Amino acid sequence: MADMKVAAYICQGCGLGDRLDTAALAGVAKKEGKAALVREHEFLCNAEGVKMIRDDIANEAVTHVMIGACSRRAKTEAFGFTDVAVSRANLREGVIWCQPETDEARETTQEMAEDYIRMGCAEVKKMTLPEGNPAAVTERSVLVVGGGVSGMTAALEASKAGYKVVLVEKFGALGGWAAKLHKRSPGKSPYAEPQDTPVADMDAAIAADTNIKVYLNAITSKTAGSPGQFEIEISTESGSTTTEKVGAIIQATGFSLYDANNLPELGYGKSANVVDQAGLEALAKAANGGVIKRPSDGGEVKTVVFVQCAGQRDDTGKHLPYCSGSCCSTSVKQAMYFKDANPDIDTVVIYTDLRMPGNGEDFYRSGQNKGVTFTKGKVSSVEAAGNQCKVNFHDLILNDQTAIDNADLVVLATGQVPNSGVDIDTKLKADIAAAAGDNSLLEAYNASQAEGAVQPISVLNLTYRQGPDVPQLKYGFTDSHFICFPYETRRTGIYSAGPVRRPMDMVQAMEDATGAAMKAIQAVENAGLGRAAHPRSGDLSFPKVRLEGCTQCKRCTVECPFGAIDEDEKRFPVFNESRCRRCGTCMGACPVRVISFENYSIDTVGSQLKAVDVPDEFSEKPRILILACENDAYPALDMAAMNRNVYSAYVRIIPVRCLGSVNTIWINDALSSGYDGVMMMGCKHGDDYQCHFVKGSELASYRMSKIGDTLKQMGLEEERVATFEVAITDIERVPQLINDYAAKIQEIGMSPLKGF
Amino acid sequence: MSEKYHNNFLKEVEEMVEEGEWVKMCMQCGVCAGSCPLGPHWAHPPQEIFMMIRAGKREEVLRSDSMWMCTSCYNCVVRCPRKLPITHIMHGLANYAHRLGLSPKNQPTQQFATLFWNNLAQTGRVNELKLSLGIYFKDGFAQGVKNAMAMQSVGLGMVKAKRLNPMELFGGHGVKDKTGFHAMLKKAKEIEDRRKNFA
Repeated sequence: MADMKVAAYICQGCGLGDRLDTAALAGVAKKEGKAALVREHEFLCNAEGVKMIRDDIANEAVTHVMIGACSRRAKTEAFGFTDVAVSRANLREGVIWCQPETDEARETTQEMAEDYIRMGCAEVKKMTLPEGNPAAVTERSVLVVGGGVSGMTAALEASKAGYKVVLVEKFGALGGWAAKLHKRSPGKSPYAEPQDTPVADMDAAIAADTNIKVYLNAITSKTAGSPGQFEIEISTESGSTTTEKVGAIIQATGFSLYDANNLPELGYGKSANVVDQAGLEALAKAANGGVIKRPSDGGEVKTVVFVQCAGQRDDTGKHLPYCSGSCCSTSVKQAMYFKDANPDIDTVVIYTDLRMPGNGEDFYRSGQNKGVTFTKGKVSSVEAAGNQCKVNFHDLILNDQTAIDNADLVVLATGQVPNSGVDIDTKLKADIAAAAGDNSLLEAYNASQAEGAVQPISVLNLTYRQGPDVPQLKYGFTDSHFICFPYETRRTGIYSAGPVRRPMDMVQAMEDATGAAMKAIQAVENAGLGRAAHPRSGDLSFPKVRLEGCTQCKRCTVECPFGAIDEDEKRFPVFNESRCRRCGTCMGACPVRVISFENYSIDTVGSQLKAVDVPDEFSEKPRILILACENDAYPALDMAAMNRNVYSAYVRIIPVRCLGSVNTIWINDALSSGYDGVMMMGCKHGDDYQCHFVKGSELASYRMSKIGDTLKQMGLEEERVATFEVAITDIERVPQLINDYAAKIQEIGMSPLKGF
Repeated sequence: MSEKYHNNFLKEVEEMVEEGEWVKMCMQCGVCAGSCPLGPHWAHPPQEIFMMIRAGKREEVLRSDSMWMCTSCYNCVVRCPRKLPITHIMHGLANYAHRLGLSPKNQPTQQFATLFWNNLAQTGRVNELKLSLGIYFKDGFAQGVKNAMAMQSVGLGMVKAKRLNPMELFGGHGVKDKTGFHAMLKKAKEIEDRRKNFA
């Protein structure tokens, strides 16, 4: 840029002036950093200091500002200039607070500060001001897929907030599972009696709401686009199709009951008097408060047995391995149907643990009070005998192999199976397993694809190259970032709510749907402003690609955790800016380095690490580069410094958006320019990952596992590059990690590549 | 005849046993069992007794000696998260079993309780000398002499210290209006029997 003018500001506050020679730092900024304007200030973040910078921007045509003061995580408001590119040299947390305040340490402390000034100047010169997404379109309406209680709640909440809603329901009426219920478990105090379901009220509210457009007997047959500009093709049963434009999508497709036909040992299918929970609701609905009759002959029901965890919490691999968290409450409610009609009916609930989440404990107590008998046991079999059943079970309290001989009705609590559509990862997982020598998954997959086999039906029918539905997490439930962002799938602008996300009851589903509606609104608004939705909420930068350099290797499209990149016919990447979360995983993946952000690129980091002054082999001053995830590791380092936890003066830290954005060229460059070691600090990965970008730290550790060969070629020891998992709470551990690694580098010795 | 896991026996307990209506509220956490100082000495902890009642094990419960082991320390009552008056239920069950004649024979707590009650009901005051002798001689004359000899020094010591009056053996002290006292007990028993349908 021809008219680039860099100004460097060095703060003397917070003890910086006492601990550091700021005049020397100013000299470094001027001479080596080539800053056109260098100023020192005794208290840079106060009104006067900020005004000084503002005046320079206005009067001196400053376009790039380097601030040598505190961490980039501090004083973000004072130094939040939106009209110039800003870099921050972390002199406070990064230097004086993490170094001992002694005369001997003065020299290395000053060297550290000078390097950070060099790095800050080098970085800012490579930055440009983000302009935001030029393709930003604002379509503010929200699509809700699924018209059960979750979907209806989401639609009503979004409408109440002033957004138009398109509600698509597969069946002929709204209500879903709740519409099949005689009554629901209580959702309000005193949690003692079954309540009427909210379906009728919500149905009426939706009918009266002009913001909500309902499609019944309809499915989303095609979903294209990105947040703010989704194009949805809605097909109805009659064959007609309509196209709707929406800004965000909430998938609330709920659950189906686990198929009780898989449980012949529990008598299902052998006796008409063995039903699942839906079967009992149907009987209760038919009786409508009256006497529930035995299905086989319409006889009087005197004894009912509820079998909890039927086909659930199964460790044999045949049935559902998980707990559905809502069936215990349902069984208590169903037992009350009988007890309320006639207290002399014997109702026995045979449970494993009786899990009653929320205020369910009050409901359980109410059930006991009404005389429902609860017994902890494991049912082994149900035998049909005439119009009655014999329930054989092991009473675990009395350690008694026993039976209830004359049950008129047996209810199986079979649990929730999510309606999450196609598992787009099955093939991927099978391929990975096959590559590792295990063909069983691939064979199972191929068998499932055989002609005539029942295929799962896609819910969203996305046109994304990554597959027609959102990724699934465990047991087929849709993806969600379970620690930080529960409703967010790995498809930006698409949220899942209710039992499709994890097993839950109605109270939780309604809460969930409200949360997802709020997130959908956030996504719509951010997309309209051309900003990232989350977790880098408000970020205006987005990936730019130099297509002329692209080799169509597809690594970016495959590795993007969020399905933001499609491919065109020639296999070039097509970026969908508003699907992007700005993590930079594509930038880290690109072998020819053609992907960058305006304020974060191969160059901004590369020039920083090259700007560091690397002393020669005989100085006994090694240099260790730390690439630290700015979400967890960098705050942990800052907080360690706030606690004055001292660490080695030989490290130079560069924050990165995510370890996934680390391009191996940085490692190469660092090692060939004489660094003695490179530490990478990212979040925990694996099944219980903590990575903000889901796959970033995992990809990084995978990439780094392959770097051994490169190191060998360079004649370096493998220990010179190391990856660490760091959590934000590791404020004691992080300095220890650094010091241990520094000691190890001392042991290995200095890098032979210095001074070339 | 009570059927397995049917409410017949539970209902019987609710009607006939003091505080029996609480039995259905037990949630089987086992805190009572863990709190009981008599832990090693009973066959069934309280929560198991409650489950047996709910499972319809009438004979096993009423013939059990477990509830007789309760020393009324109230640890379980204090700790029960469901606030069951466990001590009272234990005594209620023991009492009910005793009235039905189902309680185990020669159960020491039961023998002592019976002796104590009969002793007290005579004069309205506990006659400690007669009570101790009653206990010593409960297993026959020879055993009684042995027991008494073993306790000889303690007894003589108490006599010396004027804590035990040998003359109590002949009648002993009592309340002023014995006739009134007996009439009161009779009336109370009538009311109790009527309430619990004992003929």
